[in-house]
Amino acid sequence: MRRKIATLALCLLVCCGCAKRQEDLNTITLWHWMTDRQNALEELARRYEAQTGVKVKIDLYAPSDIYSQRIVASAQSQVLPDIYGILDKKEIFASFIQSGFVADLTEEFQKNVGAWEKMLFPKALDVNRFPEGNIYGVKAGIYGVPLDVTNIQMLYNKNLLQKAGIKTPPKTFQEFIAAGLALKRVGIAGLVSGWGEMWMVDCFASNYAFNIMGEEKVMATYRGEVPYTDSDWIKVFDIFKELSKKGILIEGIVTKPNKYAEQDFALGRAAFAFNGSWCVNVYHDMNSDLQYGTMLPPPINENLPMRIWGGAGSSLVVNNASVRKDKAIAFLKWLTEKDQQAYLAIETKNLPANREALESIPPILGEFASAMDLTTHPTIWPSNENGLVIEKFDKGIQSIIIGEKTPEEVAREVQAIKERELQKARP
Amino acid sequence: MNIKSPCWFRFQDYLKNFSFALPAILIFSVFYIFPFIEIFRLSFYEWNGITPAMRFVDFQNFAELMQDEIWWQSIGHAAYITFIALTFQNVLAFALALACDREIRMKRFYRIVFFIPPVLSEIVVGIIWQWILYAGLQDGQSIGLLNYWLVKSGLPHLVNDWLSDPQTALTCIAIVHSWKGFGWGFIMLLAGLQTIDRQLYEAARVDGASSWKLFTQVIIPMMVPVILVVVILTILGSMQVFVLVLSMVGQGLGYHTEVPVTRILSAMTGTNRFGYACAMGVNFGVILVMVSIAFRWLSNRMKQA
Repeated sequence: MRRKIATLALCLLVCCGCAKRQEDLNTITLWHWMTDRQNALEELARRYEAQTGVKVKIDLYAPSDIYSQRIVASAQSQVLPDIYGILDKKEIFASFIQSGFVADLTEEFQKNVGAWEKMLFPKALDVNRFPEGNIYGVKAGIYGVPLDVTNIQMLYNKNLLQKAGIKTPPKTFQEFIAAGLALKRVGIAGLVSGWGEMWMVDCFASNYAFNIMGEEKVMATYRGEVPYTDSDWIKVFDIFKELSKKGILIEGIVTKPNKYAEQDFALGRAAFAFNGSWCVNVYHDMNSDLQYGTMLPPPINENLPMRIWGGAGSSLVVNNASVRKDKAIAFLKWLTEKDQQAYLAIETKNLPANREALESIPPILGEFASAMDLTTHPTIWPSNENGLVIEKFDKGIQSIIIGEKTPEEVAREVQAIKERELQKARP
Repeated sequence: MNIKSPCWFRFQDYLKNFSFALPAILIFSVFYIFPFIEIFRLSFYEWNGITPAMRFVDFQNFAELMQDEIWWQSIGHAAYITFIALTFQNVLAFALALACDREIRMKRFYRIVFFIPPVLSEIVVGIIWQWILYAGLQDGQSIGLLNYWLVKSGLPHLVNDWLSDPQTALTCIAIVHSWKGFGWGFIMLLAGLQTIDRQLYEAARVDGASSWKLFTQVIIPMMVPVILVVVILTILGSMQVFVLVLSMVGQGLGYHTEVPVTRILSAMTGTNRFGYACAMGVNFGVILVMVSIAFRWLSNRMKQA
């Protein structure tokens, strides 16, 4: 008898285990990495539930690199949530779309004569847009929803510049060097940035590459038509040599993560910083008395514009396989409406993706917003560089900063990798 | 077949026994054997980690790995960290274990204090040491603890940018790694020392052995098996160091602080070459297994001797 009961219990257990999981159709799950936005998002989720009855579960996974790994692992095992973000290169974003993990939102954006699309900054949408004939072979359309916008500029500490007798922030690169030397004379470090994170080195270098040689020549280099040993690229590498040689950079910049760089600037250890608009919130938390302003990286070539990285700060996508896809899209639409965007901007001090919400932002964010038209980003470029070449490029710049290699040596090494990868790509 | 035959009972018995081992076998297969086979299989493919499409490239990833100077350089860096751990860390651990094995005051307190670093998170340790080794200035004064004390002690010429100088960065990481890890060796060596029969010490003393003789002729031979275990664990732990590297120097300093695991991570998440990263993992695993086998062989030889 006991054996029969045990067998029956075992069978029941196996049957329950094999049963299809009961889906809760009224709860959307959102995974994100933004520690500073968790409380605000949770509050918005509460408001959304009160208004619509749909529950939104906000799950935070930080830091961002851990979050990225989790997203890739979840995609491999097909357990992605209803809403999530892809913090990676456009190539990887494209892979997610091609693998069916991301819903095409084009139709939703174009409903009601494109009302949703018109509401948002075009630059922010571009990051989530794949144009006709894109190099990734993705069907043209919009695949993500920007939550906020961002751009990366230079910042200056007003009090420290005053201390060094600098009346106005530098307008050209030579003025910037002169300002750095003046600061050095009074014992203040010039520039701080998180160049221990390679993408920030890449960002600074590509700003100057666009300014020195223009977008077309940069893209031609990525396509393999212009070598990195070209004199214009040497000029880009020379910037780092000059900054390092003249002592403009803060000590230890090559191993400094951006968090520490932010701390250095907020505590007045350096007069200039190269950082993104998210810093407004960070500096406010670290030192609410900090007096600072924004400026574009001072150009070298006055004939070409200085382009800065920017666009969508954080974007979210909808899981194409989700049974709650429509509810997830409805929530994202609600989240990008004026009131919710204004609330997010005030609470988290980030630039809203909705243009109508700009009136509610503090003045320093307004300074960042005014440069949105100058933004560009690798995710919207027609060509992208190979990952191995980028690694060599960024590591090479670190070697120049620590005085280990010359710009010419780095250019030769980067070109050697570029040629090897081009050779491999040839059929 | 007769259902009541002894053969059937033996089979039933075998099945019953096997059913007890089955959960463990299943867990081991799913979480150890399957991933290992999968990594081995993926190392023959070119794959970005997301798309279902993979391209079979035969031994191409391994061939490229053999010529990847940065990879071998990273193995060299891990070997350097391991060398510092084997010498500095283990000598320190042994010395402290010997001290705590004696009848000294507050020995329980010391045992707890020495075991604090290993239980701390590597990220926390990295951040603490980054603050100690920080090279920045504020109002003309060093903020980093080490540089501050060097200036205060009249040694300003020794002030350095410890973590951004290729000459010192890896050594700093190795020392911090040893500081964090010596507690494990200390506990194991102390446990080993306490298994030595006290009568052996007394007998040696009666025979007129000096402290040095006691150490070299009694303690060391008795401790050989424990020392070998500590050495193998130190090698395996030090070769795989990476959290400390990331928390102390991030992705900086060119390739001077690259270790095998940071290279694998970089191939997986930086350049999205999953197949190549798996080839690195297989290669690194083989190296570690070979080192372990070599030490096992050495251990057997020493036991026989």
